[in-house]
Amino acid sequence: MRAIAAALLLSAAVLAAKPAPRQVNDTAVMAASFPQTLAEFGFFTDDAGTRPAAGVTPYRLQTPLWSDGAEKSRYLYVPRGKQARAQGDGLLDLPVGSALIKHFAFAGKLIETRVLLHRADGWVALPYVWDAGQTGAKLALAGRRIDLVTPAGQAISYGVPNKNQCKDCHNLAGITMPIGPKAYNLSAQWLGSFAKAGRLDKVPQVSRRIPLWEDRASAPVAAAARGYLDANCAHCHNPQGAASNSGLYLGWLEQDPLALGMNKRPVAAGRGAGSHEFDIVPGDPDSSILVYRFTSTEGGVAMPELGRESRDREAEPVIRAWIAGMR
Amino acid sequence: MRMPITIIAAASALALAAPLHAKTIDVAAGEGAQTRLQEALILAEPGDTVQLGAGRFLLTDGLSLDVNGVTLRGAGMDASVLDFTGQKGAGEGLLVTSDEVTLRDFAVENTRGDGIKSKGADNVVYYRIRVTWTGGPKETNGAYGIYPVSSTGVLVDGCKVSGASDAGIYVGQSKAITVRYNYVEQSVAGIEIENSRDALVTGNLVTRNTGGILVFDLPNLPVMGGGNTRIADNLVIANDTPNFAPKGNIVAGVPRGTGVMIMANELIDVTGNTLVANPTGQVMVVAYPKPFTDKTYNPLPRGVWIVNNTYVGGGDDPQLPGGDQLKAAFGGALPPVLWDGLGEAPLASGGDDARALSLNLPAQGAGAELARPAPLTLARAMPQIVPVAPGASVPRPPKPGAPSALDARARP
Repeated sequence: MRAIAAALLLSAAVLAAKPAPRQVNDTAVMAASFPQTLAEFGFFTDDAGTRPAAGVTPYRLQTPLWSDGAEKSRYLYVPRGKQARAQGDGLLDLPVGSALIKHFAFAGKLIETRVLLHRADGWVALPYVWDAGQTGAKLALAGRRIDLVTPAGQAISYGVPNKNQCKDCHNLAGITMPIGPKAYNLSAQWLGSFAKAGRLDKVPQVSRRIPLWEDRASAPVAAAARGYLDANCAHCHNPQGAASNSGLYLGWLEQDPLALGMNKRPVAAGRGAGSHEFDIVPGDPDSSILVYRFTSTEGGVAMPELGRESRDREAEPVIRAWIAGMR
Repeated sequence: MRMPITIIAAASALALAAPLHAKTIDVAAGEGAQTRLQEALILAEPGDTVQLGAGRFLLTDGLSLDVNGVTLRGAGMDASVLDFTGQKGAGEGLLVTSDEVTLRDFAVENTRGDGIKSKGADNVVYYRIRVTWTGGPKETNGAYGIYPVSSTGVLVDGCKVSGASDAGIYVGQSKAITVRYNYVEQSVAGIEIENSRDALVTGNLVTRNTGGILVFDLPNLPVMGGGNTRIADNLVIANDTPNFAPKGNIVAGVPRGTGVMIMANELIDVTGNTLVANPTGQVMVVAYPKPFTDKTYNPLPRGVWIVNNTYVGGGDDPQLPGGDQLKAAFGGALPPVLWDGLGEAPLASGGDDARALSLNLPAQGAGAELARPAPLTLARAMPQIVPVAPGASVPRPPKPGAPSALDARARP
């Protein structure tokens, strides 16, 4: 399929302008190749990747995925003349030609930028690693290990995922898909303005929205915890995800207490279960496998498996309090 | 895999058409092996072979393969070694998520989690792969050595696994499976077939594990209803390693000294095996012992046949509640077959196959303190006569085993 798409798009690629574009290069988004630099896409008007080009809209999630405390900035590109479609509570349906762009920075310095490109034959995920001078980012198909210090002051070997690992998480029934943004994890205000700008067909009805992570102290603990689990776990732990065989499903909309882990025995957790018998023991976080794995940093035990080398000390009390409060 | 049929068709067409332009990508051991090998696995196209050179590949992260129809091949299970001793991240050494993949002639050592996992990867072949935790049996070893799951068409042939803290070879939530001619030692479970159907486990040597061959069906999983499995002509010898599985795992409940264990499941044939010196029980047939709420789950064993097996020793050091008294009551060793008394009594071909101890548990989930152990002679297994209208075809379950088309990828 890749070869066919390449043939179809070859003529377009030849015609495309080569110099660094200051508007989005739709050919780079759509062509069947892997652009070697982030700049080729033209998502930003400056080399430092701070000023989004026309059609590239910043957004934030109510509660985001935590990646060793990386500061993230997210952008969504919908090509001119096209529109995203609302699909109720869930994922915005982005047309072919769209892209999702996410910067990862530590101490104000960009480390990597991940892009998800909606091509004619499906979504493609690519990781780009920034140079030390912050002048550009290069494709790192096979991923990378980078030594850095987290905002919590811990020295870690930060893992940039390889292209396949991107798919481990961005995978629904074997097909690469964006994890977000989902309407229930976006603010009503952002959705409203995106629709008003004509980039979204309508403002989706959201029955229950994930609370803002900054508001976790005042939000109901179950909502804060479930929102966090949705953003950090449910991309694999859903019936069509990479962890489908576990039977543990942690999405925001999941209602079955057993699927959520309550009094559920592990399946293929191996030593990830530690000495514990159930994913969640209501009222007893210390006996819950979920807490054990979420607070571990040991390979083969730690969850999520990818993208977490240190502990999320801000989230741990929220998850613990949620389980402690269960009866 | 739950891919739309059109995509499956397109993918298979691709896999079939591809060998016309197939190429070999050579990857040597040495500096930068992580990046070079992972890039090769990403850039490979259907039909290609990624060829590992001889030597030790020092890896820091899990590898993954997501292209249909690729062969990853080494220079031999002792010559090309993927060494994960320095692994930092990922849940396994190698993850395969594409169909029609062949893995052969290399080794994986000391992964933090599982050795090689293939998920939603139909028609996968593991041939002469070695997965070893070199420090011997330890709780800190990875869980599974060879771990195909959620797949249709699985062939595991001629592999060697040592030291898995769960199962050496584990096939889960899959169907059309052959596990043959493998050697598994020093793992908690040698070979485990879980929530799967149509599996053939044959010609394997499983020794010095906690339990030799396990066939389990567990509740609350996307795929349940395990059965139609044949355990034939295996050597199941001295599985006497103390259980070193972390407590939460289902295999942590497997007594040290188990030869073959069937839990729940239907239509299981235990035939022609040689069981030697498994000190708790040579063959055990039991119900799922724990509480469950899943109404679609059947916790009982049904239709288990124990036929023409050879027994040497065994049952002489049973790790069961009251095991010493039981052993004394039976004159120093338990009979070859242990049944918990729940579900359908196994049927046997007579002789030693029919010599059993029933625990006579009163109900699923009952504790061992409610057992009323008694000797039992198992009834004779007879071919079932199914009344069929003239001209109608006889309903038969499919023959257990992987599609024969996979054999071509498992030859020297």
